[in-house]
Amino acid sequence: MLMIIGSGVLKGLGVTLKTFLETYPWGRAMLRVLGIAKTDGLVTIQYPDEKQEHSERFRYFPFLVYDGTPDNLRCVACRICEQECPPQCIHIVVAKDEQGRPLKANGRTLPKQFDIDISICMSCRICVDVCPFDAIEMDNQYELSGYDRAGEMYFTKEKLLKSADYFKSIKPTEAAVVDQRLAAKKKKETPG
Amino acid sequence: MALRTDAKPTLETQPLEVNLGPQHPSTHGVFRMMVSLDGETIVKLKPVFGYLHRNHEQIAEDITYIASFPFTDRLDYFCAMSNNLGLAIAIEKLADVTVAERGEYLRVIMAELTRLVNHTAVTGFLLNDMGAFGTPLLYAFREREKILDLFEAASGSRMMCNYIRPGGVREDVPDGWLKRAKEIVDRYPTFLDEFEALLTKNEIIRQRTQRVGVLSKELAISAGVTGPMLRASGVNYDIRKVDGYSFYSRFSFKVPLGSIGDVYDRYSVRILEMRQSVQILQQAFKQIPDTGPAISPKGVALVKAPRTFRPPKGDAYGRIESPKGELGFYLVSDGSPQPYRYHVRAPSFVNLTILEDMCLGCKVADAVIILGSVDIVMGEVDR
Repeated sequence: MLMIIGSGVLKGLGVTLKTFLETYPWGRAMLRVLGIAKTDGLVTIQYPDEKQEHSERFRYFPFLVYDGTPDNLRCVACRICEQECPPQCIHIVVAKDEQGRPLKANGRTLPKQFDIDISICMSCRICVDVCPFDAIEMDNQYELSGYDRAGEMYFTKEKLLKSADYFKSIKPTEAAVVDQRLAAKKKKETPG
Repeated sequence: MALRTDAKPTLETQPLEVNLGPQHPSTHGVFRMMVSLDGETIVKLKPVFGYLHRNHEQIAEDITYIASFPFTDRLDYFCAMSNNLGLAIAIEKLADVTVAERGEYLRVIMAELTRLVNHTAVTGFLLNDMGAFGTPLLYAFREREKILDLFEAASGSRMMCNYIRPGGVREDVPDGWLKRAKEIVDRYPTFLDEFEALLTKNEIIRQRTQRVGVLSKELAISAGVTGPMLRASGVNYDIRKVDGYSFYSRFSFKVPLGSIGDVYDRYSVRILEMRQSVQILQQAFKQIPDTGPAISPKGVALVKAPRTFRPPKGDAYGRIESPKGELGFYLVSDGSPQPYRYHVRAPSFVNLTILEDMCLGCKVADAVIILGSVDIVMGEVDR
């Protein structure tokens, strides 16, 4: 078989040329006229000016959910997430009164301190999976930066608290499932 | 003056020792090759690894079985889904966890998409090592990006998926995901044709790769090499066929084989494997049941309460055909929530041990592409 030397190289250059043409509207029109396969067009996203749209399930760091007012948070400081967290980045202190008994509000214990060291957190979502109260959920805020690890990258309770409405706005499908589950639980708890 | 050809060399020569790495773009991570050179020919090569050791196996013995999953994502960070699948299969063997049918299909789909991602990326990187800076790599990444977006839509994360669980997958895929995935997979052969037009018959690539880094059949088997590297040497050994784990016995696909086991064969085997993966995916999209749980009841209990999961005393070895080779997880249980012993049989690590035998007699520039063709990820080599 006769092989033209350099034909492979020329073919390769053809592919590069095609990709170059794809990036311009006139080039795409030209490719369409020539009947060359469907193209992707320009694929680059000019990041800081233009942001990629994330899917609903996109997860970054966890946050604490409260219903209505920040006092009414769902977390009961059971410390399951603290125990199960693979890199051990959650620190919880249960609120206690002077005698050392757990403080209760509406029949629930409360976290006095709930910190997540997000410089250690690896966004694995295990805390969300294990939480029996749906009190912790994954956020999708990703542009977080700070000058030091200890201060700005150490999220305390105040920084982590976000409302259930916010959760509904970022993850409507998941929030609907969670609401359903919580409603079913409430119905079970209230007698009659 | 005429040259004297019968003169004996009067200069004393000695081999030149060169360190390639640990911080070198051609070494795919923090990996060091101590090379002894005679001129430009390699006479000795000593691979040095361990720079990225993270104590994964020891950490896993102190945490629950489920808590190890996010760490397995970080072993071979190109193939997070396959790594999850390997550990899930080992745990299923250990504790007799049944798998939901839809979940099992989703796992196969994810594992094959991962194979596409890995082989596309590694081919791009191989070209980068050969000196074709940027262009083929970016074409590869363009396609990889589409699949990573699929992973994000299903699991919430592009690379650190943490999605597959014993008994199925953590949560079912969102509505319309399968349709979107099917579109991307259906278009994949078009990309492969284009990629091959750019590469397969290119004279420069042929000159650089053919009969370079030859690994004989016998040596490959005795060194325990697995995956595309073994098949490029002509050994028909694919764990998907041998074990028939998961639902692979339900699909018809071929196992591409190479002939002499040089870099070019490894490249071609990967390209052909991608075409087979596309076929498996298309069959899986047809066969997958529309409804049904994505995870079995025992799996749900495991996800919700990892500490209540106490597998019976005993051991299990779960293995899969990861894109790089045989990925195995060996677990020993003593009846507590944490594994007593946890070991990873990492394909990159075993495949890398044969590097010196392939490189001897080659030039320095070839060592770089031989390393590229082995397809290593340092996260997995050092664990």
